Amino acid sequence: MSANGNRMARRLAWLGALVPALFVSQVANAAWDLNLTQGVTETSQTVFDIHMTLLWICVVIGVGVFGVMIYSIFTHRKSKGAVAAQFHESTTIEIIWTVIPTLLLVVMAIPSTVALIDLEDNSASDMSIQVVGYQWKWQYKYLDEELDFFSNLAASSRDQINSDPTGVDNYLLEVDNRLVIPAGKKVRFLITANDVIHSWWVPDFGWKQDAIPGFINEAWTRVEEPGIYRGQCTELCGIDHGFMPIVVEVKPQAEYDAWVAEQKSALKAAAASGDREWAMAELMEKGEEVYMRVCVACHQANGQGIPPAFPAIAGGAISTGPIKGHLDQAMNGVPGTAMQAFAAQLNDVELAAVVTYQRNAFGNEMGDMVQPADVKAAR
Amino acid sequence: MSTTATAVEGEHHHHGPAKGIGRWLFATNHKDIGTMYLWTALAMFFLGGAFAMVIRMELFQPGLQLVNPDWFNRMFTMHGLVMVFGAIMPAWVGFANWQIPLMIGAPDMAMPRMNLLSYWLLPVALLVLVSTFFMEGNAPAFGWTFYAPLSTTFAPDTADFFIFGVHLLGISSIMGAINVIATIVNLRAPGMTLMKMPMFVWTWLITAFLLIAVMPVLAGVVTMMLTDRNFGTAFFDASGGGDPLMFQHIFWFFGHPEVYIMILPSFGVVSQILPTFARKPLFGYASMVYATGAIAFLSFIVWGHHMFATGLPLAGELYFMYATMLIAVPTGVKIFNWAATMWRGSMTFEAPMLFSIAFVFLFTIGGLTGLMMAMGPADMQYHSTYFIVAHFHYTLVPGAVFALMAGTYYWLPIWCGRMYDEKLAKIHFWLSAISVNVLFFPQHFVGLAGMPRRVPDYPLQFADFNMIISIGGFVYGLSQLMFVYIVVKAIRSGKPTPDQVWEGAKGLEWELPNPLPFHTHTTPPRVD
Repeated sequence: MSANGNRMARRLAWLGALVPALFVSQVANAAWDLNLTQGVTETSQTVFDIHMTLLWICVVIGVGVFGVMIYSIFTHRKSKGAVAAQFHESTTIEIIWTVIPTLLLVVMAIPSTVALIDLEDNSASDMSIQVVGYQWKWQYKYLDEELDFFSNLAASSRDQINSDPTGVDNYLLEVDNRLVIPAGKKVRFLITANDVIHSWWVPDFGWKQDAIPGFINEAWTRVEEPGIYRGQCTELCGIDHGFMPIVVEVKPQAEYDAWVAEQKSALKAAAASGDREWAMAELMEKGEEVYMRVCVACHQANGQGIPPAFPAIAGGAISTGPIKGHLDQAMNGVPGTAMQAFAAQLNDVELAAVVTYQRNAFGNEMGDMVQPADVKAAR
Repeated sequence: MSTTATAVEGEHHHHGPAKGIGRWLFATNHKDIGTMYLWTALAMFFLGGAFAMVIRMELFQPGLQLVNPDWFNRMFTMHGLVMVFGAIMPAWVGFANWQIPLMIGAPDMAMPRMNLLSYWLLPVALLVLVSTFFMEGNAPAFGWTFYAPLSTTFAPDTADFFIFGVHLLGISSIMGAINVIATIVNLRAPGMTLMKMPMFVWTWLITAFLLIAVMPVLAGVVTMMLTDRNFGTAFFDASGGGDPLMFQHIFWFFGHPEVYIMILPSFGVVSQILPTFARKPLFGYASMVYATGAIAFLSFIVWGHHMFATGLPLAGELYFMYATMLIAVPTGVKIFNWAATMWRGSMTFEAPMLFSIAFVFLFTIGGLTGLMMAMGPADMQYHSTYFIVAHFHYTLVPGAVFALMAGTYYWLPIWCGRMYDEKLAKIHFWLSAISVNVLFFPQHFVGLAGMPRRVPDYPLQFADFNMIISIGGFVYGLSQLMFVYIVVKAIRSGKPTPDQVWEGAKGLEWELPNPLPFHTHTTPPRVD
């Protein structure tokens, strides 16, 4: 290849690096979605129909008003010799443009009222799930089963927030543990929060509902089509508001039953794993995983935190202090701050591992460790 | 005896403004106070705008490049607070100060010293608010709506400064409103009955009543926050038997009239400008007055439409839906009246007219999306997405801000006795009008497609639109620098204002000599 060709290739490569960074790679991921989703439930379809009716009514009104104004702007201008008329009142026309919009409103109110009544009808549900918003994750409790778990932003997304997210599948829309519900069943959600107000929204279901501490809000859905449906928190809830997605997987009843059984045995196994002695390396590995899932939002991946609201773990007074105080802080939290009581959220192994990890990572090198049995004793 | 003589003597010599800084520190002249309000508002417009630029830079691409999420939250919180309480509201008070006495034939505002106090509380309050950036814990990051408990239990100590700042702003606004009402009620020129008042004066009279009604409610809610935070009460703390939702009820009882506080004076300005440049009287003056009153009344009974997703009981949702829909009727009347004012006029298109026409077009878009969101079930999808961000920015930027620009170009020639550069003003208009749509129109799309508001980062499918939105934002932001240049240029070197500024302008303010004397209407004009 000639020198010229080489230079050309270098230039192209340079452009190739620059342009995709700005446009091309994004176009590959792009969806030029313009409109509301029709969703996958009757509710979402009804809402979509109301939305489209409203939109077209607004378009017609807009075209009418703008049409008159645009015509006027081009015709009734002084430069075209227009002479100003002096009329400034007409009771008839004013009555017309008061009455017609009122009638239009009545027409629009009827389907909206019907839809709202249906949306609020939580009766005759087949199962109930309690949804609890936490800073910054969701807890799902299956009230008819002995099953509950937390759902955090997936590591695949978390890892790329500060670098290049363009290659990540479902960036910011993937979680570690999905909420799974059976297809064709009326699922009632009891929505509340543990700390601040959050809001639970899956656009494909057609509604969102705020999760408010001290309140239990009800909502329901019935999804016929198995699939994976994604949403996000839609009420400002602190620094990681943008990073607490919702992923719901709808499975056919049989698969759903199998999933429930599997989850229950996994929970049992996890609890049982706390009965044995854990090695340092095991604890560190497990601890890093837990840290990156639950601690990282505030205390940051490098353990530096965001002082003063979120203190550093690296060289922190607690994490380099007595082991008892450290475990106590992790288990019981600090009331009135974002530091939650993790005793209720993590099992013995996870707590032991994460405390051990914090004491031995980020240059802390305390050399000591916490065993699951210690956590059990502290509970 | 001698003191009386000196006092009389003193008054006698008091024709012009005081010299030096004292003129501003101790100003009691409505023109000087109006000027201070307007410059303060302009400065805050750029500060709030700078925060918006940070927001748009961070959202230019997916991922976090510029600020961490905590900073991002501070930016949109302070953007909202500064724009609402520091830019738009004070700008309208500045307009009220300048224009109401000129337009009703009064020599000054009814209570000049209170006027001075209400102005000086404003920079102090804003300083208190902005100073939180330099404190431990940093500026508020809980949104301009500061929902509890994020703003109470979970907020840094600086939230108390925010509360104090809001208190001061509230006191300032209430005093300003009292002054406006006292002036309009008592100091109208003989013969100017209420139904002969210019529309701008009418809209401000109604705005002032809204202010007096709701600013104490805001003061109440922040005081409850203060005691929750510091004195062990639990108004909004569920674990203490309180009710976080009550915060939202009280806040929006203030918040909904508040949005009309920002927009009603815009209606007034546009209702002054359209007839001038169409050379034709305002269509349906009486219905405009009644529509403004109706909007103001309705604004008190619709707050629940901000709360459709909070789990209101069905009956509450239905009520708030119907009540909110009603607002469309008087708002529609206003828009139709403006269109009818233009109809068969003899229009010219100077900068004030261009901004006013753009206002009618773009405010209508904001109004129509507002109607869509009034529908409870549809709002379950729209709520808290970029769709609502688009909606209220359409009403506030090409709404209130465009009306402020229109009003400034319209009245600047009498304010400073010099003309602005029309050619530059038209360029400013076209840049603003195009970029503002690039900035806000695609927000409808990302909102409908599911992008939540107040997020520092977003899923990849929103990337392209966000880049376009950001570019629109940068162009809009930069073009506003032109406005400063045009205004400063007019003040420093504009051509002297001719006796007839605008061919079709009618009203007392246009009958005064140019340049305007320091005191005007010292003998009340007679209106027939």
